[in-house]
Amino acid sequence: MLRKLLPAAVAAVCAAMSPAAHAQVEIQWWHSMGGALGEQLNDLARKFNERQKDYKVVTVYKGSYPESMTAAIAAFRAGQAPHLLQVFEVGTATMMAARGAVKPVYQLMKEQNEPFDPKDYLPVVTGYYSDLKGNLLSFPFNSSTVMFYINKDAFKKAGLPPEAPKTWKQFVAAAEKLKASGQDCVYTTSWPSWMHIENFSAWHNVPIGTRQNGMGGLDTVFSINSPLHVRHVTMLGELAKKGMFTYAGRTNQGDAKFSSGECAMFSGSTGAQAGIRKSAKFDWSINFIPYHDDVAGAPQNSIIGGASLWVMTGRKPEEYKGVARFLAFLSRTEIQVQWHTGTGYVPITLASYEATRVSGFYDRDPGAALAVKQLTNKPPTENSKGLRFGNFVQGREVIEEELEAVFAGKKTAQAALNDAVRRGNEVLRRFEAANK
Amino acid sequence: MEKRVVFRSAWLPYALLAPQLAITVVFFFWPAAQAIWYSFQLQDAFGLNTQFVGFENFRILFSDANYLRSFRTTAIFSVLVAGFGLGLSLLLAVMADRVVKGALAYKTVLIWPYAVAAAVAGVLWAFIFAPSIGIVTYLLKGFGIHWNWIINGNQAMLLVVIASVWKQISYNFLFFLAGLQSIPKSLLEAAAIDGAGPARRFLTIVLPLLSPTTFFLLVVNIVYAFFDTFGVIDATTQGGPAQATQILVYKVYHDGVKSGDLGGSSAQSVILMIIVIALTAIQFRYIERKVQY
Repeated sequence: MLRKLLPAAVAAVCAAMSPAAHAQVEIQWWHSMGGALGEQLNDLARKFNERQKDYKVVTVYKGSYPESMTAAIAAFRAGQAPHLLQVFEVGTATMMAARGAVKPVYQLMKEQNEPFDPKDYLPVVTGYYSDLKGNLLSFPFNSSTVMFYINKDAFKKAGLPPEAPKTWKQFVAAAEKLKASGQDCVYTTSWPSWMHIENFSAWHNVPIGTRQNGMGGLDTVFSINSPLHVRHVTMLGELAKKGMFTYAGRTNQGDAKFSSGECAMFSGSTGAQAGIRKSAKFDWSINFIPYHDDVAGAPQNSIIGGASLWVMTGRKPEEYKGVARFLAFLSRTEIQVQWHTGTGYVPITLASYEATRVSGFYDRDPGAALAVKQLTNKPPTENSKGLRFGNFVQGREVIEEELEAVFAGKKTAQAALNDAVRRGNEVLRRFEAANK
Repeated sequence: MEKRVVFRSAWLPYALLAPQLAITVVFFFWPAAQAIWYSFQLQDAFGLNTQFVGFENFRILFSDANYLRSFRTTAIFSVLVAGFGLGLSLLLAVMADRVVKGALAYKTVLIWPYAVAAAVAGVLWAFIFAPSIGIVTYLLKGFGIHWNWIINGNQAMLLVVIASVWKQISYNFLFFLAGLQSIPKSLLEAAAIDGAGPARRFLTIVLPLLSPTTFFLLVVNIVYAFFDTFGVIDATTQGGPAQATQILVYKVYHDGVKSGDLGGSSAQSVILMIIVIALTAIQFRYIERKVQY
């Protein structure tokens, strides 16, 4: 598909280059990619700027995801919004509801007549960023998912075969052996809600909320206090009590606990691999996340995290031509491959996955391919294509606070999850009222 | 006899006042008025949709158990920070006042922490007490104490109190030391001749004479605990775990900036404004009367 589009894109670029008399139009792109990721991102903009002369993409690092989103909201209120804004997955519903502030990507590409086919992307990726009619609202950019890592050396020391447990039952058995062998930190996790509520639900094909996890409308309510959720969180609470689960915090603090060798098992983002590869002084492996084997249909597929690019309104019409052209450029296979292999984010177009596979990259780095396999394990269902909850920045925090209460032994899983649902629903209702 | 200076010009006094007034209006009255206005509204994050909702934001706040808990957290936090901050620095000042040799070096070292930014102080202490790599964590483990403030609310509170107190001790120390040095030596010597021991001299002479300083520091420390500790909390616990360290001012920021709920956040800042006005009024009207200048 992309091969067919390439000549068209090249032709478009050439056509744009011929009347190079007038001044360059600047496209502002606000992002949250720090460090090495930021360099990779700047490289994409540089390539685009070199290949044509009409438009110049200017990248601006605006701090963490919540920070750049806040900055863009303030800028929009002042009439100074950037053309492109990188928004993390939990901000998706907020952006989507801000109808006057964002320009849907499918509409932009149609208006500007740029070649673009959402079907080139993995369904689990486009599903996350599309409306119910299947129209792509934001441009998928950097996607990750949650994986399960084990320290093989610690497994061997505990007399276990160095293979990751596939089910939670096997997990508990392995945890007990690891603990008995004197392992101080048996298991830890990064992003507790993303792993143990959001991906857990998708992986077991149970809803996180009604109305297709909120994708069907703002009147969604959370359903994370189901018997399966309670059972899973109870298990985690018991593991914490027995010293087999060490809580690390709400973001990626777990990464360092695993890569330093402190914890033997760990669930975290695909993005954690780069750090582990750099600092781990032990043999490790990356695996599918465990599942409860008595749940029918499990494992289903995991869902993505990461961010997408939103086109903001309020700019001059001719500038949107440049935005569309830049997005078309970003969706090219060679650019996608460069981004995927350079950053460790999962490949999000089928063509880039194929191209990377053919290049032999996955033979050297099997973990990179495994993430795609987990995301596409089965065709996504209503429960596993993603989630869309209003003000989920706050909603996720509510969930994390309640999980913390369980891990600290202050609440039972049932009480905590009931409270998470009640408090989470208050956040949803308030968002619904503010976005009528 | 009138001592007042009388301006003959009609506009000159206003012109002279104007810069000060302009700053007060732009940086205080205007934002305060805006906060009050927003507190009656329900808005989406982008400001595309605004509804007037009356006292709805306040009603939601006061029916929210977490908001009420934040009051308790703030009260505990302020009392701990002001109490330990004043107590420890008074102790240090009394000790420093008696040191003869190397007094300058001793005092200089005690004043240093004041030059450290709140966020840096927070990060420093967060490192020392870091759950798995911190030096104190390691030592505590030797005593069989499991230290992990990421999940233990009381330990998190202890951490932010320690960092905040440490940051403020220098300031309090300076004022206490100056206060101590202005107490006439003759008074103390007379008491000593009359047979009063060090403890008695401290309680009946030093403490009463220090009361203006103590009062001033109490006001400053409570305001500090209410507002300036934001940096410490943001750099360490960010209000967690499970809101154990979410003081009122952090919640205002959290709900407004991070959660995009401008109405609710504005309502909170209006309440905070009322509290601070009330606290200051009480302090100056009531406590100040008991202070001997």
